[in-house]
Amino acid sequence: MLILCLLFGFLGLLLGVAAKKFKVQGDPLVDQIDALLPQTQCGQCNYIGCRPYAEAIANNEADINQCPPNGEAGIIALANLLGKEAKPLNSEFGEQKAAAVAFIIEQDCIGCVKCIPPCPVDAILGASKQMHTVISSECTGCELCISPCPVDCIVMVPVETTPEHWHWSQHV
Amino acid sequence: MLFPTQSSPFSASNNSVQAIMQQVLFALIPAILTLFYFVGYSVLMQISLAIITALIAESLCLYLRKKPILSTLADFSAVLTAVLIAIAIPSIAPWWVVVNGTLFAILIAKQVYGGLGYNPFNPAMAGYVFLLISFPLPMTLWQDASIFLSFSDAINVLFEAVAIDGLSSATVLDYTKMQLRSGESISTIQASSIFGFIGDNNKEFVSLAYLIGGLFLYLKRTIRWHIPFAVLMGVFIPASIAYAIDPNIYSSPWFHLVTGATVCAAFFIATDPVSAAASIKGRLIYGFLIGFLIFCIRTWGGYPDAVAFAVLLANISAPSIDSYLRPKTKTQ
Amino acid sequence: MFKFSWLTKKQSFPGGLKLAGHKQVTQIIEPALPKELIYPLFLAADRYAKPCVNVGDTVLKGQIIATADSLLATPIHATSSGTIVAIEKRPIAHPSGLSDSCIILQTDELDEALPTEPCIAYTEQNRDFLRHKIQQSGIVGLGGAAFPTAKKLQPSQAIHTLIINAAECEPYISCDEILMIESAPEIIQGALIIQYILQAEHCIIAIEDSKPEAYSALLSATESNQLQIKQVPSIYPTGGEKQLIQVISGVQIPVKNLPSEYGYICQNVATAYAVYQAINLGLPLTERIITLTGDGIKQNQNLRARIGTPVKDLVAACQGYTPQAEQLIMGGPMMGIALASDDIAVIKASNCLLINQVNKPISQACIRCGDCADVCPSELLPQQLYWYSHTQQWDNCSDYQLADCIECGCCDVICPSKIPLVQAFRVAKAEIQQQQKQSASAALAKKRFDNHQQRLQRIEQEKLVKQDKRKAAIEKMKAAAAKRKLS
Repeated sequence: MLILCLLFGFLGLLLGVAAKKFKVQGDPLVDQIDALLPQTQCGQCNYIGCRPYAEAIANNEADINQCPPNGEAGIIALANLLGKEAKPLNSEFGEQKAAAVAFIIEQDCIGCVKCIPPCPVDAILGASKQMHTVISSECTGCELCISPCPVDCIVMVPVETTPEHWHWSQHV
Repeated sequence: MLFPTQSSPFSASNNSVQAIMQQVLFALIPAILTLFYFVGYSVLMQISLAIITALIAESLCLYLRKKPILSTLADFSAVLTAVLIAIAIPSIAPWWVVVNGTLFAILIAKQVYGGLGYNPFNPAMAGYVFLLISFPLPMTLWQDASIFLSFSDAINVLFEAVAIDGLSSATVLDYTKMQLRSGESISTIQASSIFGFIGDNNKEFVSLAYLIGGLFLYLKRTIRWHIPFAVLMGVFIPASIAYAIDPNIYSSPWFHLVTGATVCAAFFIATDPVSAAASIKGRLIYGFLIGFLIFCIRTWGGYPDAVAFAVLLANISAPSIDSYLRPKTKTQ
Repeated sequence: MFKFSWLTKKQSFPGGLKLAGHKQVTQIIEPALPKELIYPLFLAADRYAKPCVNVGDTVLKGQIIATADSLLATPIHATSSGTIVAIEKRPIAHPSGLSDSCIILQTDELDEALPTEPCIAYTEQNRDFLRHKIQQSGIVGLGGAAFPTAKKLQPSQAIHTLIINAAECEPYISCDEILMIESAPEIIQGALIIQYILQAEHCIIAIEDSKPEAYSALLSATESNQLQIKQVPSIYPTGGEKQLIQVISGVQIPVKNLPSEYGYICQNVATAYAVYQAINLGLPLTERIITLTGDGIKQNQNLRARIGTPVKDLVAACQGYTPQAEQLIMGGPMMGIALASDDIAVIKASNCLLINQVNKPISQACIRCGDCADVCPSELLPQQLYWYSHTQQWDNCSDYQLADCIECGCCDVICPSKIPLVQAFRVAKAEIQQQQKQSASAALAKKRFDNHQQRLQRIEQEKLVKQDKRKAAIEKMKAAAAKRKLS
């Protein structure tokens, strides 16, 4: 009896020491979830940016299938990380579209700079009364610039597969 | 002119699962013929019953799983499992013994796990252990190898449960274990009339037949030398050490090699690629483990012959062996 | 303890397969001049050439029609005289089956060539000049990889051994063999030129022991001590650079390193011939020997084909298709690519066109026999890689060194269950690469987003600071006004 008490006491002490010594700063779960999100910052999940959505998932306020750019593969990755069951993408939040980048039709652009602030990654180059253009390599395809444009001169152009970018999982 | 496109390579070898299984079956023919020569039609009937049961069981499973039946049966793997069970069990066991064993082996040990390639356990050995545990009496009545059963006699024994005098006798492993427990020494035991040159009277030639079949498989490059060599060494080395320590209570290493199913296990059972280890070093350890377990269980365990248990235990260890002995490639 | 290497007499590489040769070494014939020549501007993974001619221009044979601005790309030469009729998208010889920009040349039957600038006394020339000439002659590795030769001949380490790769280990292909039989002295010359450029101490021509006629042709063309001619066992893939180096010297070059880092350079025997033509005769690379073979064409032939010739013209030179023509493969049966149409033109890397029947056996479950690991030249475990790529466990694939797979096809061919291993590994490699690309672009987007947020915050802060300052200034003014009122 005494031995059991001593044993439990010792184990309790060990747990206490471990809790103090190996304490993890911050919440690594949010970072891990954020790392699995596509960083498009499009807001289709109803959160402003990917990090707030990651925090919401970590706090169980949001489900894992609200991110269209993440697609099926992304949902499965989140499900594996969190030990939850993978679900199909919730179509209320949008559909997963083919990769596309924004393109400003230069003949129609009036240089109003209304599309520049909404871009979450500053991928649009331009100034007042100057021609605006999208830096395609930085565009994440979030489509946040399309509605602010008063002359509807921004279109989404699907990314074409060229021999340069083709890879074997696209082989028929 | 337009052409279909597929990925390279565009060539194939003659190697196929069917060819491998057929070669193993072919290599079993010397053993089957030798058994037939000594015990008669009973062994052929067991084999026929087992094959028919296996094919029916596998077809049923494939039908339920909506897989192609004829092309899967054509890979001969069910036939091979059936033949191995049939020659492993006593040849005078009633017909329902081999049918039950084969059903268990095909349905539970193979199909439930996903069919060929997915079974962790050797189906034939799983079936044998199932029979040993469920029907201990029929599984320990072995046919005396000096009695040749005619066709009609075999039917009577297997199907009508007719008892024939002196038909069954103890195997040398049975006898040795019992007598050692009673305190007799090896030299006295081996003076008994059931012994031939080293092992069972007549039955020891079956081991020789297995060896011939195994060498055929090796020369045909169907099996590699690693597993058979390791199994035989796994039996021989510990047995030699024990025999050197006390020849009165430990049988000689040659005895262990010749009796029971040691040679059959080394060349035909342990070499089943699906349930064995995959890497070269892993295979040597896997084989040695089987041999060592055969020696241990025979000497100190509760069963006279230990091949089935040894193989199943090694099957469980195979994935661990593989993950620890992964060869490193030269990328530094 | 488990290697038993003392039992083997020759140095060799691990794994490998002995394959049936199927080689018909026919004499080289010249096909008729095609009506149209097609030159894709896509050179390799990230390299394009830029056209320097316009539609409507007339060009001469040997004239540069597209330039390259780095040493990693070579210029494209017109391979006959004629008019440029278009620069448009045509299907190209690429496993994707996609179409890409090509220069289309309509031939004018005259086959007029530019005057040449031979350089016979090459030992009096600067090595950089020779490399430049090789680059401008458009010479790339003709063994199949098409890497620019001039760049390869400019290694950062000193080279002690040049190996001329005359192995040609893939079945069906015999273009290198017939080239050796018919032009051995020129090949020797080319090898010596390359040896001079590299300043290599040794030069070895490695030829498979199944080519006795080519071996004796090379021997008779060599003067004593010029270079060595060594026979190597006919095992696939002996012709792989690293495998060949291991067979010749016993040195096993790790997968992440280049042979030049160990002092070795390999060049294909046809590349050596092209170097001879470029330096001694001043001819740019406009043609190469291509083997047309398989039971899908009426006559198996080795052809001296112009680069840019559509496949259908080469097939016509072999009397056309037989009823067994079901698939068209550019390259050998182990590493070739299937082409969707015979309108596609041959490129510098095309060493063979194999036309035969489709052989697509049904694959069964893996029986874990381990044959695949026995034959892998990179000493990998294809069985494990297959289990992991099948179940999309990309991390485990990388862990088991999937990146070291050279896609030689040995495991695929030997598999008794006929599992398409090479395709599974290619898809797995592509998925891993895509994942890495996506992570990298996601990380970059996140960084830009963070910067964007910080910039907005900074603007907010500055606004607040300005507001405070203005407020303070107004207060000051108010206070001063109040003071003035009082006094």
